[in-house]
Amino acid sequence: MNALSALGEALVLIGTFFYFLSTLGLIRMPDVYNRMQTSTKSATLGSLGVVIGTGIWAVGNGMSWAWIVQTTAVAGFILLTNPISAHTLIRAAYKRGIPLWHGSVVDKYAEHLAEKSPDEEVSE
Amino acid sequence: MIGINIYLALIAIATLLSTYRVFRGPTTIDRLVAVDIMTTITTGLLVLFALYYGRMIYISVALVYALLAFGGVIAFARYLEGGL
Amino acid sequence: MEEASRASKFAYTVIVLFGIWLLLTASLDTQELATGFVISLIVAALTYDVFTKAGLANLHPKRVAYAIAYLPYFLWAMIMANLDVAYRVLHPKRPIRPGIVKCRTVLESDTGKLSLANSITLTPGTITLDVDGDSYFIHWIWVQDDVLKAKTDEEHVKNASRYITQPFEKFLRVIFG
Repeated sequence: MNALSALGEALVLIGTFFYFLSTLGLIRMPDVYNRMQTSTKSATLGSLGVVIGTGIWAVGNGMSWAWIVQTTAVAGFILLTNPISAHTLIRAAYKRGIPLWHGSVVDKYAEHLAEKSPDEEVSE
Repeated sequence: MIGINIYLALIAIATLLSTYRVFRGPTTIDRLVAVDIMTTITTGLLVLFALYYGRMIYISVALVYALLAFGGVIAFARYLEGGL
Repeated sequence: MEEASRASKFAYTVIVLFGIWLLLTASLDTQELATGFVISLIVAALTYDVFTKAGLANLHPKRVAYAIAYLPYFLWAMIMANLDVAYRVLHPKRPIRPGIVKCRTVLESDTGKLSLANSITLTPGTITLDVDGDSYFIHWIWVQDDVLKAKTDEEHVKNASRYITQPFEKFLRVIFG
């Protein structure tokens, strides 16, 4: 057990804890928008922790440096794609007419859609 | 390497919680969000397995899995939006 | 921004593709390098026109330096976002006050807008719902008081932009133009 593998293991532990937190948010939050708020962020940071932590842990265990390069590639890919899928999902939720939670305070997007011509909204 | 059991247990709990949302979720988008989180968690799990078995080639499996899951979620979301 | 020449676009595409190849194979073997270089040339010849508009200007040292400085700033904002999320999830009363607000951006290129949208999604309590021209529609988990109490539309946009888009714009404006 040297310093590198201890650091890697700590990162993996933090990452899995954030996984747990993100799914807890999935259970506790009241509507789909807030569920997405909590779950997307925590799952992305959790993935970064687990994936990069695994790379550092492997190098600490005496495996080759290629591990950390490959895990960095996976982490970068997750960092680029996760927000895009969250963005597509939340837009699909809004366009399908799922209402905001009753405690919501402001909705500028509805005003924006109403300003544009209403028949264009139907055709989309 | 004993600590890896703790991490696998945490991942298992997280997957169970999101499975609850998949079965329970009132709308289709809720279920899809839960599936999206599950695929992200599975990517991390595959990378952990690569270390568990000590084979670097398994990381490529995780990368391809992430790629396919991303495409699938995007396709589903666009379909549900009605603009595919 | 004006279009770059074809050679510059081609060279930039080759450099980026070869960098991705190096990350994915993680090996310095001569045969792997040669194969990767040839494949980068072929793919770049087919796709350079849709891949980039600015060409080698993207690799200007000032831009690269800002991109490197942006990474720790962004990671720090992301960690703060997750502590914020942890607080909201674990708090027994579930302190949320969600709403959809409107922001404006000064960025012009499409890549810059995409990066800004991604950055917003991963940082505290905000998630991008739609982008239309220079307007961003953002779902915010805790709408701040001075945004909520703004009397006119213009004031609302100004206050919301100060909280959400402006911290990133000073970096992204240099990186992507």
